[in-house]
Amino acid sequence: MTAPGRPARRGGFRTLLGTFLGYAVLVFFALVFLYPFVIQTANSFKTEADAAAHPLSPVPDPFTTAAFTKIFDSTAFPLWIGNSTLVTLLITVGRVFLDSLAGYALARLSFRGRGAVTAMIVAVMAVPGVVLLIPKFLVLNQLGIYNTYTALVLPLLVDAAGVFIMRQFFLSVPTSLEEAARMDGAGVFRTYWSIILPMARPALITLTILSFQASWNEFPHTVVAVQSPQLFTLPRGIANLVSGSLGAGTQYPLKLGAALLATIPVAIIFVIFQRYFVRGAAEGASKE
Amino acid sequence: MTEPVVRRRSGIRGNEATAGWLFVAPAVLILGLFLVLPIGMALWVSVSGWNGQGSPFAPGVPFVGAQNYADLFLAEGLTRENFMISIRNNLYYVAVAVPAQTLLALALALVVNQRFLKGTSFFRTAFYFPSVTSSVAISVVFLFLFANSGAVNALLAMVGISGPAWFADPRGLLHLVLDGLGLVDVDNPPAALTGGGPFGLSWWEWLAGPSVAMSTIIMLVVWTTSGTFMLIFLAALQDVPVQVEEASLIDGANAWQRLRHVTLPMLKPALFLVITLGLIGTWQVFDQIYVMSQGKPANTTLTPAYLSYRTAFTDFEYGVGAAISFVLFLIIVVMTLVQRWVMRDRDEVRPRRRWWPRRGSTS
Repeated sequence: MTAPGRPARRGGFRTLLGTFLGYAVLVFFALVFLYPFVIQTANSFKTEADAAAHPLSPVPDPFTTAAFTKIFDSTAFPLWIGNSTLVTLLITVGRVFLDSLAGYALARLSFRGRGAVTAMIVAVMAVPGVVLLIPKFLVLNQLGIYNTYTALVLPLLVDAAGVFIMRQFFLSVPTSLEEAARMDGAGVFRTYWSIILPMARPALITLTILSFQASWNEFPHTVVAVQSPQLFTLPRGIANLVSGSLGAGTQYPLKLGAALLATIPVAIIFVIFQRYFVRGAAEGASKE
Repeated sequence: MTEPVVRRRSGIRGNEATAGWLFVAPAVLILGLFLVLPIGMALWVSVSGWNGQGSPFAPGVPFVGAQNYADLFLAEGLTRENFMISIRNNLYYVAVAVPAQTLLALALALVVNQRFLKGTSFFRTAFYFPSVTSSVAISVVFLFLFANSGAVNALLAMVGISGPAWFADPRGLLHLVLDGLGLVDVDNPPAALTGGGPFGLSWWEWLAGPSVAMSTIIMLVVWTTSGTFMLIFLAALQDVPVQVEEASLIDGANAWQRLRHVTLPMLKPALFLVITLGLIGTWQVFDQIYVMSQGKPANTTLTPAYLSYRTAFTDFEYGVGAAISFVLFLIIVVMTLVQRWVMRDRDEVRPRRRWWPRRGSTS
């Protein structure tokens, strides 16, 4: 139609306007997505009166750490941190090891029933988690492990999505190295441990980070697995703090501070390893 | 998917079979014990009258057939009323949240993908950050933002609007709109609508729309999910070949024409994926309800997921609670199948095969 590469679009007023509008949109939404965290941080250092009077202000006046002192002195916060750390560590180690083991077998080892196991993994991934709340309670209760650390950890030690991630990864790496190792007489586990796993580093890092984030933030499972306050993890403890005796409407610096402390570990991991998060979420789009 | 199987000596093969089973055994055991078996147990409980005492498989536990399901759909009573209210709430929640999060995610992806803007990776990270944080911690933040003396009302006050008491306000938005248009009077609803309606809920109640309280939870969920969905759109946008865009430029297409006729058609698979994930996720909302509202005010933030939990663990009606879970399961399966079916029909550009699945997590 018109001559190629019409110069009118380049340079000049329209590009300038486009750039300005583009940044305006970006900055506006950056505020929408990040300013709540600024408000959260600022208000956790305010007095209750200041937080109620100037909730939007990013500057505490006066500045006080009273809320944090109270979090550690008059709530079970240290216990929740301990429980969360323990549970998160166990689940993350378990998932990275067991998911990769199963994923490797499903991708590379030929054994009777492999197709059925793969189908089960895919089917389990499709089951919505919230639907499983009552069923999980039933089985924990029946096994006599309801309200124990075992109930918090064991059911989450393997996740179907993680197995699937590892299977897809192992399908995508060449087989030549491991065949050579096997020819040399190395056993299956030895080949897996010293040849395959080191190659799988990027996938293992992604799995570690996703497992850490998921188990640190896990909430609904704790609701049906335990009821004793001795076994509360951070999300469960904070949920209790907010909806429980400390009641609605007051103590905002304390609640915001507690939520802030629970967010910090994931935030740090996110900043350091954000490309793995992005890969996990975006490239992860398709199950097919 | 199938790899060429090299014939190996039978000894190594036998070895491989044992190793294969040993390798998958922990995963199969744990998933079977805590995901597959429980579904069977819950199926029994949903047709039983178990009250939480002792084992549901003890001889004294009565079999009640489809009674628990009938209570949800047919029998007049509080059980059906609460269930239908929760279905209504969730329907409005889905109807608002899914389009909102999809459009916002798409818009953000289109802006972040602009090549003439610098520093977009910072903004991409910023938009995604809320998605990785704890749902409980974020709910606490939103409780403060929307508190009576909170940040949102302070912001509204700056432009001269007196904000509502968000979490205490059970008024339906659709009711408010209809009232604002002068079509109905909220305090004196028309008798034609209050007289009757399907499943024991009057038409007037069905037409409430999401309550003011529910709208805060909708905003929270849109805010936390848009970042993830934006990344899915971005990945798809990066698959659009530069040549296609340049060709349309040369043809003299303006920005809107390029978006409408070049970019959007190529984003169709991603669009359907985002909508499917949105539909699945929005029927599962639980954490936010538990922390922020517990179904209050006046049951307007009650969802089937939270109701099934409450019915089982607070009212000790495990049979009814399990039945609600299965109905919810069915709703989600149907949603997924419908989406799959629509997608198969229109899937012109197949997405590149990826080795990362989307995590099937609860919101």
